[in-house]
Amino acid sequence: MTTAALPVARPSRRGSAPVIGVLALQGDVREHLAVLATLGAEPVTVRRPAELGAVDGLVVPGGESTTMVKLAHRFGLLEPLRTALRGGLPAYGSCAGMIMLADRILDAPADQQTIGGLDVTVRRNAFGRQVDSFESVVELAGVPGGPLHAVFIRAPWVEQAGSGVEVLGRVVGGPADGRIVAVRQGRLVATSFHPELTGDTRVHALFVDLVRAARDDDAEGADHGPGDRGGRP
Amino acid sequence: MAQQSQQSEQSSATPSTGTDRVKRGMAEQLKGGVIMDVVTPEQAKIAEDAGAVAVMALERVPADIRAQGGIARMSDPDMIEGIIAAVTIPVMAKARIGHFVEAQVLQALGVDYIDESEVLTPADEAHHIAKSGFTVPFVCGATDLGEALRRISEGAAMIRSKGEAGTGNVVEATRHMRSIRAGIRALATLDETELFVAAKELRAPVELVREVAALGKLPVVLFTAGGIATPADAAMMMQLGAEGVFVGSGIFKSGDPALRAAAIVQATTFHDDADVVAKVSRGLGEPMVGINVSTLPDSERYATRGW
Repeated sequence: MTTAALPVARPSRRGSAPVIGVLALQGDVREHLAVLATLGAEPVTVRRPAELGAVDGLVVPGGESTTMVKLAHRFGLLEPLRTALRGGLPAYGSCAGMIMLADRILDAPADQQTIGGLDVTVRRNAFGRQVDSFESVVELAGVPGGPLHAVFIRAPWVEQAGSGVEVLGRVVGGPADGRIVAVRQGRLVATSFHPELTGDTRVHALFVDLVRAARDDDAEGADHGPGDRGGRP
Repeated sequence: MAQQSQQSEQSSATPSTGTDRVKRGMAEQLKGGVIMDVVTPEQAKIAEDAGAVAVMALERVPADIRAQGGIARMSDPDMIEGIIAAVTIPVMAKARIGHFVEAQVLQALGVDYIDESEVLTPADEAHHIAKSGFTVPFVCGATDLGEALRRISEGAAMIRSKGEAGTGNVVEATRHMRSIRAGIRALATLDETELFVAAKELRAPVELVREVAALGKLPVVLFTAGGIATPADAAMMMQLGAEGVFVGSGIFKSGDPALRAAAIVQATTFHDDADVVAKVSRGLGEPMVGINVSTLPDSERYATRGW
């Protein structure tokens, strides 16, 4: 039995398919795995600290954030996740994943923790209850090919973003017109909506490119001796 | 009624609610999770704290409905609103089979999912609710593949095994999960011509039968329900192909609900890891007292309700 190795020394496999983990405590894990596989990444599930140590990037899926964070805490995964992200592990969160990556959350139970890393304040269930869940189009900066058809399910939005956070997309039209629903900060990306449910792979493609670039940068850094892995700007 | 907007890509800037994708997608987010029956806001908080992905608000848990008898109906709106106010996770509620006005009321109250449930006394002995026309999504029980597909054709966005609720006995849930999954596997072996006959035998639309044959799974999420009382029950259902678990009487009819609820949540996530299931199964106190399903008279079997 392998004991938990902290994700400090990810093996460098420049050129090979990036190994991208999907946090598999609860949620729409299978959909993310399927999209990542079509993009030439090697998708794996992550439920234990040792599994986290073997990935080049991490997807935090849609699901129920209260459930995910409790399970992460109980199974000793929360601190390793924080350490990994601080150490420069690229991560992408959709919906509940956006909540998990946020430094600050609103409309959550008082004791709800997050992994954190994104300097944003995220409001849970911001658009309303399930009867308010909707499909709409979103223009995404950095994603070629025109507007993206997005599915929002009891979705959060970004209420406030820190100065180092790049806003990638906002809601167009409807009562929530202009709300921030996609952000990036360094190696962290988050969307309020679920690209894994629509068959549009562009957001995941952006993340896989980011993971490849981060891996190459880290390998470069390692060639020139130890140094800052540059997770956050 | 045509399958509304299932494949259509609305490209207008007008947000659209209540689409199949939004309804089915909601259930996708619950996968790998546990949905717990609760009858008070306090129980709802305990469920949320234990890691439930949603709660099911109802007036009496199935074990009490069995014990007390009488007509079981939709819950009091005050009670449902109290539970909605108490937690941040999704709140589901039950409507009687065929009782479309109870469903209209539940939608107006803002519940996140409606369970058209055989645990309540049916309001219509021939017709289920026409579910496609609602904005709120529905989950329905099924004992086999044909029943699951009939519910999906009526608009159900999620399916659960019926099991035999309120018994603490997992045997019927096992039967239904095996039956649904075996039905799906059997379809995959048929050719195009044979699928027409299969659709006739399943009493389900041929388009849906074709879709299941091609996918190798239902086009909606499949949970299990009815008699799950222990972490090992939950893990077994997951290994039998359930994508998540409903626990009814099993939690709040047991000796230590908070502990048991958390244990079932953990066993559901780590259903394939016997070490974890063993660990969380320790020291849970008394489970709910069960009922041997084979001694139940037919009139007290909820799984035979619905058609």
